[in-house]
Amino acid sequence: MRWLGIGTVYLQMQKVSVLLFLAWVCFLFYAGIALFTSGFLLTRLELTNHSSCQEPPGPGSLPWGHRGQPGACWMAARFSRVVLVLIDALRFDFAQPQRSAEPPASLPFLGKLGSLQKILETQPHHARLYRAQVDPPTTTMQRLKALTTGSLPTFIDAGSNFASHAIVEDNLIKQLNSAGRRIVFMGDDTWKALFPGAFSQAFFFPSFNTRDLHTVDNGILEHLYPTMDSGEWDVLIAHFLGVDHCGHRHGPHHPEMAKKLSQMDQVIQGLVERLENDTLLVVAGDHGMTVSGDHGGDSELEVSAALFLYSPTALFPSTPPEEPEVIPQISLVPTLALLLGLPIPFGNIGEVIAELFSGGKDSQPHSSALAQASALHINAQQVSRFLHTYSAATQDFQVVELRRLQNLFSKASADYQWLLKNPQGAEETLKTVAAELQQFLRGARAVCIEFWARFSLVRMAGGAALLAAACFLCMLASQWATSPAFPFYSLLLIPVAWGVAGAMVCAALLATTGLKLDVVVLAAVAAVGSLLPFLWNAWAGWGPGRPLTSLLPIPRPILLLLLIRLAAFFSDSFVVAEAKATPFLLGSLILLLVVQLHWEGQMLPPKLLTIPRLGSSAPTGLPRHSGTYALRLGVGLLLCTRLAGLFHRCPEETPACHSSPWLNPLASMADLDYVVPQIYRHMQEEFRGRLERTRSEGPLTVAVYQLGSVYSAAMVTALTLLAFPLLLLHTERISLVFLLLFLQSFLLLHLLAAGVPVPSPGPFTVPWQAVSAWALMAAQTFYSTGHQPVFPAIHWHAAFVGFPEGHGSSTWLPALLVGANTFASHLLFAVGCPLLLLWPFLCESQGPKKRRHPPGHEAEAKVRPEEEEGEEGEEPLMEMRLRDAPHHFSAALLQLGLKYLFVLGVQILACVLAASILRRHLMVWKVFAPKFIFEALGFIVSSVGLLLGIALVMRVDGAVSSWFRQLVVSQQR
Amino acid sequence: MLTLLQRVTQGSTMKNTDIKRLFYAHLLCVFSIILSTFVPSFFLESFSILETHLTWLCICSVSVIAVNLVLYFVVKPNVSSKRSSSSHKVARFLKCCIYFLMSCFSFHVIFVLYGAPLIELVLETFLFAVILSTFTTVPCLCLLGPNLKAWLRVFSRNGVSSIWENSLQITTIASFIGAWLGAFPIPLDWGRPWQVWPISCTLGATFGYVAGLVLSPLWIYRNRKQLTYKNN
Repeated sequence: MRWLGIGTVYLQMQKVSVLLFLAWVCFLFYAGIALFTSGFLLTRLELTNHSSCQEPPGPGSLPWGHRGQPGACWMAARFSRVVLVLIDALRFDFAQPQRSAEPPASLPFLGKLGSLQKILETQPHHARLYRAQVDPPTTTMQRLKALTTGSLPTFIDAGSNFASHAIVEDNLIKQLNSAGRRIVFMGDDTWKALFPGAFSQAFFFPSFNTRDLHTVDNGILEHLYPTMDSGEWDVLIAHFLGVDHCGHRHGPHHPEMAKKLSQMDQVIQGLVERLENDTLLVVAGDHGMTVSGDHGGDSELEVSAALFLYSPTALFPSTPPEEPEVIPQISLVPTLALLLGLPIPFGNIGEVIAELFSGGKDSQPHSSALAQASALHINAQQVSRFLHTYSAATQDFQVVELRRLQNLFSKASADYQWLLKNPQGAEETLKTVAAELQQFLRGARAVCIEFWARFSLVRMAGGAALLAAACFLCMLASQWATSPAFPFYSLLLIPVAWGVAGAMVCAALLATTGLKLDVVVLAAVAAVGSLLPFLWNAWAGWGPGRPLTSLLPIPRPILLLLLIRLAAFFSDSFVVAEAKATPFLLGSLILLLVVQLHWEGQMLPPKLLTIPRLGSSAPTGLPRHSGTYALRLGVGLLLCTRLAGLFHRCPEETPACHSSPWLNPLASMADLDYVVPQIYRHMQEEFRGRLERTRSEGPLTVAVYQLGSVYSAAMVTALTLLAFPLLLLHTERISLVFLLLFLQSFLLLHLLAAGVPVPSPGPFTVPWQAVSAWALMAAQTFYSTGHQPVFPAIHWHAAFVGFPEGHGSSTWLPALLVGANTFASHLLFAVGCPLLLLWPFLCESQGPKKRRHPPGHEAEAKVRPEEEEGEEGEEPLMEMRLRDAPHHFSAALLQLGLKYLFVLGVQILACVLAASILRRHLMVWKVFAPKFIFEALGFIVSSVGLLLGIALVMRVDGAVSSWFRQLVVSQQR
Repeated sequence: MLTLLQRVTQGSTMKNTDIKRLFYAHLLCVFSIILSTFVPSFFLESFSILETHLTWLCICSVSVIAVNLVLYFVVKPNVSSKRSSSSHKVARFLKCCIYFLMSCFSFHVIFVLYGAPLIELVLETFLFAVILSTFTTVPCLCLLGPNLKAWLRVFSRNGVSSIWENSLQITTIASFIGAWLGAFPIPLDWGRPWQVWPISCTLGATFGYVAGLVLSPLWIYRNRKQLTYKNN
């Protein structure tokens, strides 16, 4: 009795250590993902603070004391009205004046905006052209956000709402609204999403069709002059899209571009003629375009846009310089705010264009310099206030940098105050003060760019390396796991001890040097610390004679398929088309399995697989029945895959694709409340009738596989129970996909089991093709349940399933529901992963000659499985084989977990590599980054599910063992 | 001993001449494909592979079938016509036709299962099935006859019994792999005319077939020492 107890304890320990080992591997992956994320996904906190008129950004008297006057806020308004003409993708050289001495330009886009050139030549004190430097990403929505808030948009503006694009930060439009100005908008409907309900009058036109050059522009022209003449506006915004669309369609070197620019020229001319003296005209491009007419990246041509300002009254003290000045584009935000007598938006980090505040060509040099300095001072006060608020809210900025900036600002501010008190100060001192203020503003902007717009390459590389190492470890350990001398304890305890030690040393080091403690770095150090001894062990245990190829045990065709799948992550087209590519690869794998079965001559019924084959020299002797068996399974699988593909949702912006009509909720059917109970009642009657029929025919017979299906039965029950709540989170028609999912996995398991011989004493292994097919099917189901790896495609309605009133303030519950909806397939397949190991044993009973047992016979055989060896020699042991070899069972579960983690891990590694290699790609924020986020979250869900599934199998095993022990005890009495 | 040696040398010379014949036969097939791409432009206005793809598919398919039939009658790789009554021949021919049609339809179904559109482009998909059948089923029919068991035997490990069957195996698998690889450029956003379904796949299948035709005699020649066939 005593040895039995010790044995059980030992086995229990082994099971626990298997789980802990897998958890540790998961931790390695998590640490790598976290490290990479912290370097790649730059975040910025969106502050909801607003500037207001009553609250100046800092102490100190405002220069003219205009605060009481209407239309004046932080500064007196210079203009009461503004016409903002935004020409999408107006690159700087499109507007650049052409020297008349040169021969007429040959390039179609040069010198077409002749009215700008004429104004600049004839009225040099009224107009200026600037080369506006744009911050990437150069996409229209991001640019509009920057052009109204004066900030730098990053990928994740924390605090923003993923479901809508409305800007929550303080911005020019909001300030105009709260000052009661009437804004009239016409053009690109992106503004509608960004500023819902902000315009007193608006004419939106669809921006989607880039092949259409004229609809938006002609629509604007229809309304532009009538609106202008009506006078019912304070701010008029016209956003033309023709130039951008022409670039996308034809590129800048097409004659069509010349026509489009000439049209824009006429528009500007018409506007200039209608301008009144109190109105400022701004003509701006939101970004540039490349030689091929695209934009989004950070090449020189994309980030240089034109900015042209014109006022009917003289504005500038000097004539324009020969080469237009280079300014950051967001300088327009504080400049416009102060010129219109508005507060500068709270989060602005732009610097005012000082020369616009000099008061025209007739003003005194001294007062002009003072006006410029005071505009800069207000601007600096506002930026300083923003930096304070922001750094108090987050830890983004380094303290040292902030202190340096603070010192700069204090000195400049003190000098400025001193000058105000001593007005006799010379013009030169004023200029130095202005220069100091400008230095502060530029420094602040540089700091912000550094923290918001730079990738941390070290962290990204570190994260990728950690992930690669973890994948390598999975591969190594999965090979070791089945060898009999796999040292469970030392492998687990030593790395964990090392990891904890490394983390503690690192924490101590960080604490002593006074740097702030970063959890991500700490976790990464712990992971590396625990990885190193393991790899060292592997290195030391690596015999010199073993070939390196044994490191890669994956069969070559499977490896090829995996590599194709991984390579697909590096192409944006393939990521977008993954919903179709994954079923294609899955189908290829299925057909490959069928063909391989035939090729190897293994088309034998599973029952016969345990018999050693007589060699393939007699292929004609194959039973034809079994050949069609695998073929039938394969065709059934292909059919299911294709049917599941009918439920796809289209990726964004693919006009040729139509989302499946099956994704719409059924609620549109009015009679649903009536129909469903009817169906239920009908089914109830049907079942009752059938039950009575069987009762009259005799006792009910149920086929049981004795204890042979003890693990898989529990597994399938658990999966069904898990699937139902997940199903409820989806729309009604998706339930068909769940049905297909179960059918598909059933067929796949059978197909895989047909190719796997059951080794009776062990060690048990799960082949790589099984794990790869399982992972592929999980990915395919993600798409066929109507998901896409982009944020707008998330099924937000899932948060309200069961909570139609909403959730109040709690956020974790809706997040959990939406997460469960999104990653339902990952969870189901990960939990069901142990079935891959169990199914071949289950299929053992399906010999071609299925014997019928008389009912009641099972009960005896169930009690004494050893009896089967004797009289019932043909009785399949099925899953009891696993119980008979507990050590091999644990090892097989460990190996299965490691293999699955490896297949998922190389996917996330490929995503990470794609995102870091293509970090300057046009589509990085649209395709690669969301894909990475979804893949990372999916990995986390899958790994947790995998641990749960394996734990469930172990729990069942424990229960069966204790039941057997009770039996033994009762027999001994 | 001597006789054995003689038999071996005889066998090897026979094998060499066989390989030569195989090579010439394959060259003829390649030549027919090349002709089918260039010759029609002399007769047909505005003929090009990409723009009038379906016409090319038909012409290519017909010419490859014709060459295969000519080869079948000229080379006669399998001499197994014991009963050669005309009625038997007609029945055999009809059976071959039915097999060919069946393979076309089953390929079509498989393409749809792999994600080809179900309703749109039916003709294109079907012609792709026809050309793939031409590259795979027709040689099988010529060489093995309408005999499914023999087909299954050839396409399994150690199942081939002559260099003709060996080359058949290689060209068929190469055509399939070519067609499979042809599907990969379709999602890319290059906007090329040959990325349209099913052009890239048909071109892939053709290239695969040609590669198989060229490579299989070379491969057999290189491995002629290792290859042993059971002469039955």
